[in-house]
Amino acid sequence: MGNEVVDHGRRRFLTAATAVVGGVGVVAAAVPFIKSWEPSARAKAAGAPVTQSLKKIELGQQLIVSWRSLPIFIVNRTKQQLAALPGQDPRLVDPKSDGSSSAQQPKYAQNEARSIKPEWLVMIGICTHLGCVPTYVGEMKPEPFDPNWQGGYYCPCHHSRYDMAGRVYKDVPAPKNMVIPPYHYVDDMTVQIGVNPKEAS
Amino acid sequence: MANVFSRLGGWITERSPGLMPMYRKHMSEYYAPKNFNLWYYFGSLAFLVLVSQIVTGIFLTMNYNPSAAGAFDSVQYIMRDVEWGWLIRYMHSTGASLFFIVVFLHMFRGIIYGSYKKPRELVWLLGMLIFLVLMAEAFMGYVLPWGNMSFWGAKVIISLFGTIPVIGGHLVDWIMGDFLPGDATLNRFFALHVIALPLVLLLLVVLHLAALHEVGSNNPDGVEIKKGPKGNRWSPLAPADGIPFHPYYTVKDLFGVGFFLLIAAFIIFFAPTLGGWFLEHDNSIRANNLVTPSEIKPVWYFTSFYGIVRVMPAFLGTAVWGVLTMFAAIAVLFLFPWIDRGQVKSIRYRGTGFKVGLGVFVLAFIGLGSLGAGVTDKVFPEWFGDVDLATWDNNFGRLMILLYFGFFVFLWAYTHFGWEKTKPVPDRVTMHD
Repeated sequence: MGNEVVDHGRRRFLTAATAVVGGVGVVAAAVPFIKSWEPSARAKAAGAPVTQSLKKIELGQQLIVSWRSLPIFIVNRTKQQLAALPGQDPRLVDPKSDGSSSAQQPKYAQNEARSIKPEWLVMIGICTHLGCVPTYVGEMKPEPFDPNWQGGYYCPCHHSRYDMAGRVYKDVPAPKNMVIPPYHYVDDMTVQIGVNPKEAS
Repeated sequence: MANVFSRLGGWITERSPGLMPMYRKHMSEYYAPKNFNLWYYFGSLAFLVLVSQIVTGIFLTMNYNPSAAGAFDSVQYIMRDVEWGWLIRYMHSTGASLFFIVVFLHMFRGIIYGSYKKPRELVWLLGMLIFLVLMAEAFMGYVLPWGNMSFWGAKVIISLFGTIPVIGGHLVDWIMGDFLPGDATLNRFFALHVIALPLVLLLLVVLHLAALHEVGSNNPDGVEIKKGPKGNRWSPLAPADGIPFHPYYTVKDLFGVGFFLLIAAFIIFFAPTLGGWFLEHDNSIRANNLVTPSEIKPVWYFTSFYGIVRVMPAFLGTAVWGVLTMFAAIAVLFLFPWIDRGQVKSIRYRGTGFKVGLGVFVLAFIGLGSLGAGVTDKVFPEWFGDVDLATWDNNFGRLMILLYFGFFVFLWAYTHFGWEKTKPVPDRVTMHD
């Protein structure tokens, strides 16, 4: 009060320090609001394994079951469909699933047919582009989107195409092969989705 | 009696010194150029639709149930059981599409008359922000009825963020609040759609108008009336070619409102779905997380941007390019005032290159829109017979993307290097007496 001289350096420092502390407070206060958007404990808990019998799935037929609200494709692949797989390799982005798609399946499904038993395909039916459910087009006949079609999946959203092992073709929007979930065989004709073979034993 | 009112008016004015000056500044003494034409209806019409959306929206919330289990049924309840509920919902759903029609025309007006140019860059930027928020608002509103197209539209649009490397996957879960669109997603979209975004929208509209009234309106001749002679019938200091917004343009806009409401009423009463363009048929089916509709397409106003996502290929192991290109297509619009270096504002006096370029740009926008809406999937086989549709779509779409962005490259070079041959701009608006 008696001091006539204003210490500008001190004033600037105090203003800056107050602003910084206030800023930290605002950021800290924002954390609960931002974190409240994370999947809740209830949403995270709803992910129990699903068991499915394979007995009634006929040759060439696809069954869709729900696991963690995700569509799981289970396909009984025909000999012809399996035989056509290696021939598709040159047209695929990552035929061996060891490049960009190396994390798209468990180790035990990292093979040509992307499965434990070649004839049974178990796969999360979600397009790796933007998450639509691709349509199963199992017949090996010319299609409007591919005159040389050897069976596989066609996504209605952005027209991505996959072969009968969920491996993505070149020149489509989707970048990776579709995901193979962890699964194992409970017995010869029953699979459990959500549990790896090792964990089950 | 009159005495009571004038005394009440005086009482208020004394206690709220800003009200009368504000009325004068923005209405009775806001001098707008006298040569506004048809293109100048769409700003006020956009405001009209905004008000209508807010009012109908408030009444819809009174019967809507924002939960995955109840949303679809509550919309059917509004349509069938609530008295006049069908009208309120159709006003709201038709209003959404009409909003985009008037906003697109309003933006196009700004482009042809150079309304984004100095000194109105801020008006343009605020307008673009309104457009951006409007797109978010429309998208979230579209999800609320929880039909199958709502669900898959939400899934696809949210998944756009999943293509961002490293953080993408987590970001998607964070936006949805679950691993698929569900209760959490619907509830937060409802909150954003009815509270958060409308507040932002209203604030931006106020700023948009404030910025406009600070610099004054442009006009079809692109002439600054403030730089012209002074003095008109109402004030010796006001621009000679300006007329007070009220009553002259309020009355003109009321005529536009009448005409617009006639068209709106026709759609609402006779064709509320407009053949699947305003309300999609697949959205009358309950949301189903296991079945994607056979043909996913967004509502028409998003199809141009959606078309871009559809044809951009993945490379380097990521699909982020389509999304980046789509956002770039919006971002580049923000930069209009700085890409166009030309001094002449109105298309009336601009070079042929600008007119042709703009025409190509509009065609590219419509071309991408027809691709995104699935129109090309139908017409290509009809026109060209048995063709490889995927390749044709991709090539057509990529050409349109090239033309879309090419317009901006051309516009910059055309105006920066002085290739534009403009006509002489008159000193005053062409309609002065």
